[in-house]
Amino acid sequence: MSGSPETGTLDPQVNTTGELRSVRTSVRHDSAAKHVSGAALYVDDVGEPAGTLQIAIGASPAAKGPIVGLDLDAVRTAPGVVAVVTAADIPGHNEISPVGAGDDPLLADTKVLFHGQPVFIVAAETREAARRAALLATIRIGEAEPLLTVEAAEAADSLISPDFNIVRGDPGKALETAANRMSGNFPIGGQEHFYLEGQAALAIPQEDGDMFVLTSTQHPSEVQKVVAEVLGLPINAVVSEVRRMGGGFGGKESQACQWAGLAALAARVTGRPCKLRLDRDDDMVMTGKRHDMLARWQVGYDDDGMLEAADITFLAKCGFSTDLSNSVIDRTAFHTDNAYFVPHIAARTKRMRTNTVSNTAFRGFGGPQGMLAIEHVMDQVAHRLRIDPFDLRMRNLYGPDRDVTPYGMTVFDNIAPEVMEKTEALSGYRARRREIAEHNAENPFLRKGLAITPVKFGISFTATHLNQAGALVHVYTDGSVHLNHGGTEMGQGLFTKVAQVVADEFGIDLDKVKITATTTAKVPNTSPTAASSGTDLNAMAARIAAARIRERLTDFAAETYDSVAADIRFRDNQVFVGNRAVGFADLVRQAYMARISLSSTGFYRTPKIHWDREKGQGRPFFYFAYGASCSEVTIDTLTGELRVDRVDIVHDVGKSLNPAIDIGQIEGGFVQGMGWLTTEELVWDAGGRLRTHAPSTYKIPTSSDVPAEFNVHLHDGINREEAIYGSKAVGEPPLMLAISVHSAIFDAIAGLAPPVVAIPLDAPATPEAILRAVTAVREARP
Amino acid sequence: MQAERHAIHIVRRGKVVEISDFAPTETLLDYLRLRERAIGTKEGCAEGDCGACTVALGRPGEGEGTEYRPVNACIHLLGMADGAEVITVEDMARDGELHPIQQSMVEHHASQCGFCTPGFVMALFALYHREAPDGLDRTQVNDAIAGNLCRCTGYKPIVAAALDACADPVFDGFGTDETIMALKEADKGKTLFVGDENRFFAAPVSIDELAALYVLHPDATLVAGATDVGLWITKQMRPIDRVIHLGRIREMTAIEDNPDSLVIGAAATYADAWDALSKLDPDIAEVLRRLGSPQVRAVGTVGGNIANGSPIGDTPPLLIALGAETMLRHGGDIRVLALEDFYLDYGKQDRQPGEFVESFRVEKPGPNTAFRAYKISKRFDQDISAVLAAFALDIHQGIIRSAKIAFGGMAGIPKRARYAEKALKDISLNDPSGWQPAIDALARDFAPMDDHRASAAYRSQVAGGLLKKALTEIAGEDTMATRLTGTREAADVGLT
Ligand SMILES: Cc1cc2nc3c(=O)[nH]c(=O)nc-3n(C[C@H](O)[C@H](O)[C@H](O)COP(=O)(O)OP(=O)(O)OC[C@H]3O[C@@H](n4cnc5c(N)ncnc54)[C@H](O)[C@@H]3O)c2cc1C
Ligand code: FES
Repeated sequence: MSGSPETGTLDPQVNTTGELRSVRTSVRHDSAAKHVSGAALYVDDVGEPAGTLQIAIGASPAAKGPIVGLDLDAVRTAPGVVAVVTAADIPGHNEISPVGAGDDPLLADTKVLFHGQPVFIVAAETREAARRAALLATIRIGEAEPLLTVEAAEAADSLISPDFNIVRGDPGKALETAANRMSGNFPIGGQEHFYLEGQAALAIPQEDGDMFVLTSTQHPSEVQKVVAEVLGLPINAVVSEVRRMGGGFGGKESQACQWAGLAALAARVTGRPCKLRLDRDDDMVMTGKRHDMLARWQVGYDDDGMLEAADITFLAKCGFSTDLSNSVIDRTAFHTDNAYFVPHIAARTKRMRTNTVSNTAFRGFGGPQGMLAIEHVMDQVAHRLRIDPFDLRMRNLYGPDRDVTPYGMTVFDNIAPEVMEKTEALSGYRARRREIAEHNAENPFLRKGLAITPVKFGISFTATHLNQAGALVHVYTDGSVHLNHGGTEMGQGLFTKVAQVVADEFGIDLDKVKITATTTAKVPNTSPTAASSGTDLNAMAARIAAARIRERLTDFAAETYDSVAADIRFRDNQVFVGNRAVGFADLVRQAYMARISLSSTGFYRTPKIHWDREKGQGRPFFYFAYGASCSEVTIDTLTGELRVDRVDIVHDVGKSLNPAIDIGQIEGGFVQGMGWLTTEELVWDAGGRLRTHAPSTYKIPTSSDVPAEFNVHLHDGINREEAIYGSKAVGEPPLMLAISVHSAIFDAIAGLAPPVVAIPLDAPATPEAILRAVTAVREARP
Repeated sequence: MQAERHAIHIVRRGKVVEISDFAPTETLLDYLRLRERAIGTKEGCAEGDCGACTVALGRPGEGEGTEYRPVNACIHLLGMADGAEVITVEDMARDGELHPIQQSMVEHHASQCGFCTPGFVMALFALYHREAPDGLDRTQVNDAIAGNLCRCTGYKPIVAAALDACADPVFDGFGTDETIMALKEADKGKTLFVGDENRFFAAPVSIDELAALYVLHPDATLVAGATDVGLWITKQMRPIDRVIHLGRIREMTAIEDNPDSLVIGAAATYADAWDALSKLDPDIAEVLRRLGSPQVRAVGTVGGNIANGSPIGDTPPLLIALGAETMLRHGGDIRVLALEDFYLDYGKQDRQPGEFVESFRVEKPGPNTAFRAYKISKRFDQDISAVLAAFALDIHQGIIRSAKIAFGGMAGIPKRARYAEKALKDISLNDPSGWQPAIDALARDFAPMDDHRASAAYRSQVAGGLLKKALTEIAGEDTMATRLTGTREAADVGLT
């Protein structure tokens, strides 16, 4: 293998057992039986040590202003209260920015910057006592004018960092010379993660002032670092551990740290174990979301709908602090091309600092907004030219001689045209297009729409240094295997996939491999489980660790049984030395007696990638994952209600490590993306209060929203890069398959409008947004 | 009042458990998680919306067996579980064998992060135990899990698992004769009073006792299903010291189905009243199907929906359009009020301290009445209405003789559209060009609000659209061509 030196001896497609027994099969999620029987433990379920205190948060009642009064006496004297903790009690730094931006306090100190910002915490004997006490505070905030929208922030020039643009050619000039041009504004809503398990952490003080935190995070190393900094400890004094999360979706990448940090702070102050589990409403108010953006677009195109120039400026609502916004919005710029070659293109991004919660990572990490914007532009152009939007999209895809992205990376693995065509065929697009036209001709109230959109999503952290992973594998003398790595399990099946890889490396049954909680004490300095890269990185690291042990065992067996390494095979829980079979456990025991090390670390770094942000050039992605989806919808033109009738998906996961898990990611990602683009609407009031702070007001899809006909096909392919067993990352890309739902709604409305009328369909396309667009096009009808 | 019991009794794992030391507002979820340490049941939202805390409550059913209903433990008060079998996800596997629902979920890869899973298992357990002579289809499964949110799977494998498991005959060791015996032992049928005069959980068993108790404690909080009150406790942290639960009063859960009318006790749950109300009109069935979720309807009451005075409750507009009356009782006095007159202003009802809603009465629509109702919300299932419209038109030979129209979400109270009603009088259904004045009149009837559910402009526009839709349908248009959901032709309204 050419890539990382660590993988030197490993064949990327097959293993030395000569047979993949677990890999590529639909093995069940390792915790499935525990999930269904209530035996899977989440942070709040683990038995608390005696004397554990419960924490509640005192939050800012205003969106912006100096803290002019903080009266906590009534809180302190409330029943059950043990301690009230403010910023003044922080022994280390009151600063938890994941990028060292210095703008993310653990607790607001002199001023507040968004409504709901944590100002103090209460530790009490019960959770109810803590929550009741927290309400007794008097927090007075001085007058100040909050910036609540990107437009307001733009007018005030309020930014978290300078603009960043990815530009190729001369879009300005090309727009001028293009045969046709259009422009518009496209508001794109944010999205609440709504992981079913809210943020939670349990901090248990250790000797020497050390701290142990059980946390629900995608990034245990960041939690460890933050806790250390808050407590003024070296990193080695803190251990952070996570067995599983009840969902993450990006919301527990950087933003799990604050809650772990607060629990640890309270534990330090009280000397007792402290648990913080956010109430759902607090969670929704206090944690960041997908960035809402305003896309201002201009496009120039010829009469066949070939795009000559596109210039899109994204105003992204970052919230009060930097958090991960810079990387998120970089990815918006990286994905504004989606799967299309546009000769002259500019993706310009403005990072607005607003007095709202700090927006953060969310499945797709900025990519969805970029892709949605260009797909919206495609829809507008197709409508203007009366070209079938599918044909228009096909024409503009990357292809031979038009295969370089605006940031200079060759789309070396382009299968977008293939995947689109396959989707067209499997969905029966052409025939259904005709049926829909007939339906619409006869139905004044209920109108149908149809659309196919592509996905091309770059895989790797664009912060190149994060593309590394470590693993730790032990083999015990009974042949049982202990597996640990830096990745975290949030439901995506990472632990299962990595265990499959390790089992096959030893040629043993999957149930011989014990999956263990991620802990900073076993594998250090880990990257977040994010950017869809969990399996690519950790399965590789774990395979390397297992392979090292296997190689030692091979050498030992060769020596013991007078053979050569090339003749030794690990399979079926046995080790074959020529014609002789030794039980895996037997060989392990013999190796132990012969003082052979049965433990190994493994380390992997993604090869080939590099990125020069200054120049806007490089190869930020190891490869691309592709997909396409066809959605059919019906809208009610009297009420704006929407039904998604049918969806057909073709998605590329390379050679799947576990088809059932991959299909689960595709279906779940699609439905989550559909929620983002339809029913999930974040509403803030004029005072900066989030009004949709609970599932009663913020509506993620329910089962009946899932299309009655929902067909998912795995594209039969292989990763052209050397990723683990030819597979591809699958966590994020499917979310963007849901863009076809938005396009199908657009299509339904476009059927009501003559070509000269642009379709003002915002995202999310709530019933209200749909009705607004329907009404606007009807009123604009010349 | 002669309280005869000072402890509740629930059935847990076949045994009757007596609990006397509980706060009136203690939730069933806190009892399970904090006291029993039955941590399989999760708290996802503490407001009855996500379903992660779903448990099954078993009570003697109509016939022989035990009836299992899914309940959101997070907003179910512990005292309300009195007399019920409480089944949690941990209780499902028997002798190391997963329950058929659990097994099917495992086989279908129906869990990812697993946090929602215990709730789904329990909601599906209730479905599994429900009679479905014709088998189940996807829509019915969707309805059964409308109160369970999953953020990971996209639901498809969960639905598949449910269809598979429910295709087999019920065989899981639950709802046996022993269960019934234990339930009989647990249900003492006597008035319950736990606590003292200052702080108590009371559950009278007769209306007279209730009336007396409430006169004595007019500041006590009446609780029917607690699907509203539960949130006052978990979200608003309201100090509630005295709770009077209505659910054990047989006379108040009764449903009287007369030839021309229905009289429904205020404490009858949606599930109890489902059949009777659904028969009034398929659109009522459809609104009920979309009202809350099985968990909410298992315990929530129409009485509570009326009494809470909410401008966005779903049933008041339906009932007002049908001309319902409500019976109010204070001590020994009963008064009858047209339901629409009960609502005085936003947050204000015509109800005196110590007075409660005993029942309501609704006329069955006659052959000349055309009824239509529509619920408009951001999401179809388990969402609060932005607008709820109910139309009852009296029609003679294609001419509207009179109209009763009531809207929710359009004013501070559920309210009649008097101007539109007037404008509809003597209008012909066959001449759509004559409809516009009535549609326009809605603007005089209502000046709705802007909020996070919808803008005022949207509400107004939709109200007009719904009137147009109702007229179009009543004039004869097939609802397959006018609606996305709940078509009347299908009138197959599914299960509770
Ligand atoms: C997840 C969820 C979804 C929901 N969805 C909907 C929906 O779609 N549509 C909708 O309309 N509502 C919905 N609701 C609100 C609620 O379920 C209903 O309003 C329900 O009918 C309330 O009934 P209850 O028996 O639970 O009331 P409770 O919570 O027990 O009581 C509600 C109020 O009425 C008073 N009260 C109850 N009974 C009487 C009586 N007999 N006399 C005088 N006062 C009385 C109580 O004191 C309290 O003030 C939802 C609630 C939840 C939690
Ligand atoms: S499996 Fe994660 S929320 Fe359902």
